Amino acid sequence: MQTLKLKATPKEKKSSPAIKHAQEVSGSVAVLDALVAENVETIFGYPGGAIMPIYDALYDYKEQLNHILVRHEQGAIHAAQGFARASGQVGVVFATSGPGATNLVTGLADAMIDSTPVVCITGQVFAHLLGTDAFQETDVINITTPITKWNYQVTDATEIPAVLAKAFYIAKSGRPGPVVIDITKNAQLQKFNYAGYEKCEHIRSYRPKPIVRKEYVEQAAELINAAEKPFIIFGQGVILGNAEKEFQQFVEKSGIPAAWTIMGMSAIPTDHPLGVGMLGMHGNYGPNVLTNECDVLIAIGMRFDDRVTGRLDKYAKQAKVIHLDIDPAEIDKNVKATVPVWGDCKETLPLLTEMIKQKVYPQWLQKFQEYRQKEEDKVIYEELNPTTEVLTMGEVIKELNELTKGDAIIVTDVGQHQMVACRYAKMNQTKSNITSGGLGTMGYALPAAIGAAYGDPSRHTVAIIGDGGFQMTLQELGTIMQFKPNVKIIILNNNFLGMVRQWQQLFHEKRYSFVDITSPDFVQVAKGFGIPGKSISKRPDLKNALKEMLDNDGSFLLEIMVGKENNVFPMVPQGRGVAEIVLCREEV
Amino acid sequence: MQKQEYTITVYTENQIGLLNRIAIIFSRRKINIESLNTSPSEVDSVHRFTIVINETEDVVRKLCRQIEKQVEVLKAYYNTEEEIIWQELALYKVPTDVIAEEVKVERLLREHGAKAVVIRKDYTVFEVAGKREETDNLIKVLEPYGLIEFVRSARVAIIKDSDGFHKKLKEFEYHQPGEDTSENEFLSENEKVFSM
Ligand SMILES: Cc1ncc(C[n+]2csc(CCOP(=O)(O)OP(=O)(O)O)c2C)c(N)n1
Repeated sequence: MQTLKLKATPKEKKSSPAIKHAQEVSGSVAVLDALVAENVETIFGYPGGAIMPIYDALYDYKEQLNHILVRHEQGAIHAAQGFARASGQVGVVFATSGPGATNLVTGLADAMIDSTPVVCITGQVFAHLLGTDAFQETDVINITTPITKWNYQVTDATEIPAVLAKAFYIAKSGRPGPVVIDITKNAQLQKFNYAGYEKCEHIRSYRPKPIVRKEYVEQAAELINAAEKPFIIFGQGVILGNAEKEFQQFVEKSGIPAAWTIMGMSAIPTDHPLGVGMLGMHGNYGPNVLTNECDVLIAIGMRFDDRVTGRLDKYAKQAKVIHLDIDPAEIDKNVKATVPVWGDCKETLPLLTEMIKQKVYPQWLQKFQEYRQKEEDKVIYEELNPTTEVLTMGEVIKELNELTKGDAIIVTDVGQHQMVACRYAKMNQTKSNITSGGLGTMGYALPAAIGAAYGDPSRHTVAIIGDGGFQMTLQELGTIMQFKPNVKIIILNNNFLGMVRQWQQLFHEKRYSFVDITSPDFVQVAKGFGIPGKSISKRPDLKNALKEMLDNDGSFLLEIMVGKENNVFPMVPQGRGVAEIVLCREEV
Repeated sequence: MQKQEYTITVYTENQIGLLNRIAIIFSRRKINIESLNTSPSEVDSVHRFTIVINETEDVVRKLCRQIEKQVEVLKAYYNTEEEIIWQELALYKVPTDVIAEEVKVERLLREHGAKAVVIRKDYTVFEVAGKREETDNLIKVLEPYGLIEFVRSARVAIIKDSDGFHKKLKEFEYHQPGEDTSENEFLSENEKVFSM
């Protein structure tokens, strides 16, 4: 055991005055010391009665820990998610008991399904009041059990160092995920003899990575080497595993076309010659159709979500499936793997790369090209070069690409704008696409963009949000006003809850039921928060407005009025196979 | 695939909240737990859950993977009826005077392997350990004689093919299992030892 771990961390000089002279510390100080030892710099939080001792201790940690006061705890956790996704580090949240903790629920569910590492510290009523319906008491542990990778209630301060060490280890190792640590107020106040913080490196009941089974890697290589029409589909596992380089080497040596899921986007540059586009309901035409033509399907760090597979009984039935995943529970969950390659893809990919032959598949790639052309002719060209007077979402993204050169972090909300942004955005760097993929949480983008701006301040963070989703968490403009992260906000306003409207048009005989949404004057709203803004609706203003937004030092809100009833195509209608993807309304 | 009865054996750390974490893996999928028992195991500090459900093997395998994914779970096994030795314990409370008067009752109890646990003036409590049909049968037999109370425990099961958890636990305690362990773990014993 090291004493006073602060001395061992790089932030030595910043060590807390509270600990320097005494071994006796409060649970609250131990919490903050743990964060410093874990190299946490930014916390997103909101105080309240049951977490006051921690906030009191934070008063003396202002130099080491940057606390961002959000406007709603949902904002705190989405910001922590955005931070984690942009930086690759664990996002940290503070919230009080009861309503503070329940406001985290959406973000926890989101982080759980999208494997985002966050540690949430919630205050809880005094231990002797547990179960008495005390003021602001909620059973946080039981509420969050299904939506956390791990959770734990601390009632005794002596547990704090080890529990927090475990929390960070669990959140970021293996398949990452959210962790909730609920700390009763007495434990925060309790003084105890603190022996220092020790990072956790092993928990006997927890195996973050399955051991690589070489014979499966060999079998996978054999299948790949014999394949004529192999196809790679990849997900966020590549990014979470920091395996972008290993992945790119694998793709390039194998010569195999590769398509990404929405969560895997940006793991390789979007215009990589072997990158053939996005999979899924609104993904590209070729990758969807050819999933059902390939002979070997190589799935890497992805989980065959139903938005990717469409109808399972019509999914890649002809193909042998190689599935590389770190989470054994994903193997055979939705799609049966011919060869399961368990393990961290950072370890398995190089092994596989070594065993495969260097190859090219010109004819097979040509097929993707043909489908690309069809999609271009029927969908993309018109979306990016519209002949109508009203702006399309696609052309906004095209202009944005030109200005950012594909170097920005793009944070999207949920709906049509999300699908269009992911279809057309160019990304040169990894961790560029931050979106709520699994849960589809409207209201995610604005707070997540705030977090991303802290997670990687060296890049532009551009949030692309619908008029509906923006109204779900726009209170976080207050956070931007106060703390001044640099967030560029684009609202693509179609005056509708567009994605739901699209479904009502296509599948409910255009019975538009409560999708017509009125918006406030967004520019005035931003102005009220001290954020400059602009609203445009005409093509000639587009480029300059985007430029003004990007060039502005600091945050900027740009509302862009777009076509009201534009639809996102292609589309794999729900309940159909991926090969039944349609390119236009008439085909639905 | 046919649904059938599977007994799931889970080795875990002894941690508050883990029962809930495991139970909701079933309830989330609308799967009924027929029987659930928690107890110590052959290894000090390691807990053992015995869970019985009626499902297809495919579903059971996926459930076990989800269970094993929980941080505090060491290992989950699933077995069919033939692969285990199992028992349930049943208690029956019967009026003592009936037993005293009706000789037949005593004979019936003896035939069913019932053992008296408590004998009082007003009632007697018998216990039977056995399979479901056996304990069920005795209810039917006792009903006409004024069965006052009946209760049956969850199933406990021993896996015929298991050599216990002591050795397995050692592997969990290594940070990185050495070549040797991983070799025989995966190559020679394959699914049986470490199915994940
Ligand atoms: C919290 C939440 N509530 C409801 C939905 C269902 N939903 C999905 S897309 C959508 C419409 C989004 O409208 P808007 O934000 O205007 O974006 P658009 O589709 O027009 O681009 C809705 C209501 C959701 N995904 N999340």
